[in-house]
Amino acid sequence: MLIRKPPDINSSEITPAQHYFNRRELLRSAGFIGAGALLAGTAAASEIPAGFRRLTGVQRWPGSLKDTPNTFEEITSYNNFYEFGTDKGDPAENSGRFKPKPWKVRIDGETEAPGTYDFDTIVKAQALEERIYRMRCVEAWSMVVPWVGIPLASVLKRYKPTSKAKFVAFETVVRPEEMPGQRSRVLDWPYVEGLTIAEAMHPLTLLVVGVYGVELPAQNGAPLRLIVPWKYGFKGIKSIVRISFTEKRPPTTWSLAGPSEYGFYANVNPKVDHPRWSQATERRVSSGLGSLFAARQETLMFNGYAEQVASLYTGLDLVKNF
Amino acid sequence: MVSARQIRLVGKPLAHLACSLPLIVLILSLAEIGGLRTGPNPQLYIRDVLGTWGLRLLLLTLAMTPLRRLTGKPWPLRFRRLLGLWAFAYLALHFLTYFFLDRSLDIDVIVEDILKRPYITLGLAAFLLMVPLAATSTAGWQRRLGTRWLQLHRLIYPIAMLGCWHYYWLVKKDVREPLIYCGLLAILLMARVWWARGAGARN
Repeated sequence: MLIRKPPDINSSEITPAQHYFNRRELLRSAGFIGAGALLAGTAAASEIPAGFRRLTGVQRWPGSLKDTPNTFEEITSYNNFYEFGTDKGDPAENSGRFKPKPWKVRIDGETEAPGTYDFDTIVKAQALEERIYRMRCVEAWSMVVPWVGIPLASVLKRYKPTSKAKFVAFETVVRPEEMPGQRSRVLDWPYVEGLTIAEAMHPLTLLVVGVYGVELPAQNGAPLRLIVPWKYGFKGIKSIVRISFTEKRPPTTWSLAGPSEYGFYANVNPKVDHPRWSQATERRVSSGLGSLFAARQETLMFNGYAEQVASLYTGLDLVKNF
Repeated sequence: MVSARQIRLVGKPLAHLACSLPLIVLILSLAEIGGLRTGPNPQLYIRDVLGTWGLRLLLLTLAMTPLRRLTGKPWPLRFRRLLGLWAFAYLALHFLTYFFLDRSLDIDVIVEDILKRPYITLGLAAFLLMVPLAATSTAGWQRRLGTRWLQLHRLIYPIAMLGCWHYYWLVKKDVREPLIYCGLLAILLMARVWWARGAGARN
């Protein structure tokens, strides 16, 4: 039997996205010029939805996109998280029993500091950043999301990878009793993902703990997920319980499920189509009648992050290594 | 015994109402009436709802002949055209949604889709094959074409197969639902083969 999560936010309590993102303008106009990033973080804390724990001390990252982000409602109701079901609405609907606390992560493999660490030990060591990134799904839709997290590199360095560490592998929790999608074998559980060490250490790669200034909702991968903004969304593994440094390239769930359709790299690339659909354009997710006649938009090379990441792939055939 | 009068005055209006319900619900969802929503990706939602109902009605159309066999009553055949035309209506809207809302009438992209994406090629082929069937569905055309009408309308078998195949091919990974449709179609077609091979000849 499924116990539905009671709706814990009224829509009236949700700050409209445009107000949330204008909060600094509001502060500035009220005379708080130069009050600093920390103040901006606390200001955010007073304007976000009730029912989710607000994250404090969130610093604003200067590289954020200027696009208007998708609404909290859109980001938390349209999800691919097969552990909770294969429909986009399933994760929000079926994740009420999921317990993201307490949470431990095993760190092992080619490291000088293997062990099982508490969520707080991993995350609390440094200041959280709010980063507004594009999110491009391999299914040719996209969103703009204000994530809160810390650069993965800073975490990995603390756990001292050895010189043999060429890749980083990740694993999602397996809890069929809390994750009804795991009771069927649509994919091989646990969900696994991986990056080269250079990709994992890239400053854009984010270990995410929140969205819109609050702790991650279960359907978005609570309490800890990966975001690699220049790759298709499925690389952003959710609810991580294990991080391993490996010498060999680790297996990844979608490339095992469909080797001809999903590769290890999965870099967003408008010129390399999925065998069954085009990746040249994308549908920017947007609810409401107003956007019904909106056209699709062009997909950008490396999802618009080419300037920062193209050098990672010099000399690599991106058609073969899709 | 169901009389022709009952079919005309009660059965058909009820069938029309039932067939229009998914469309009414879709319109209410678009207008966000009664707590109904299309979700954050309305173009795809509309396209998928219309396609799914089109395929369901197509299979229901194909179920009428076996239903007549099983019940021994002629009335199911009286609903065949009505159901087939509703299936066509949903699939035409499904096609138009793809054309206008999803692809915003970008002909280059649509042509590329049709040439390069086999599931779209199949879907389009199925839809185009339905057009002559819908156009010749009237009693007048049935009379004019005689036995050729029957031959023409056997196209519904390849159309339904293409439709199921199209659905099976487009899902990302979870093929459980498309397989249900394929299975139902297989049963409906095999029943016909079985009856044609003699078991039915005695009926």
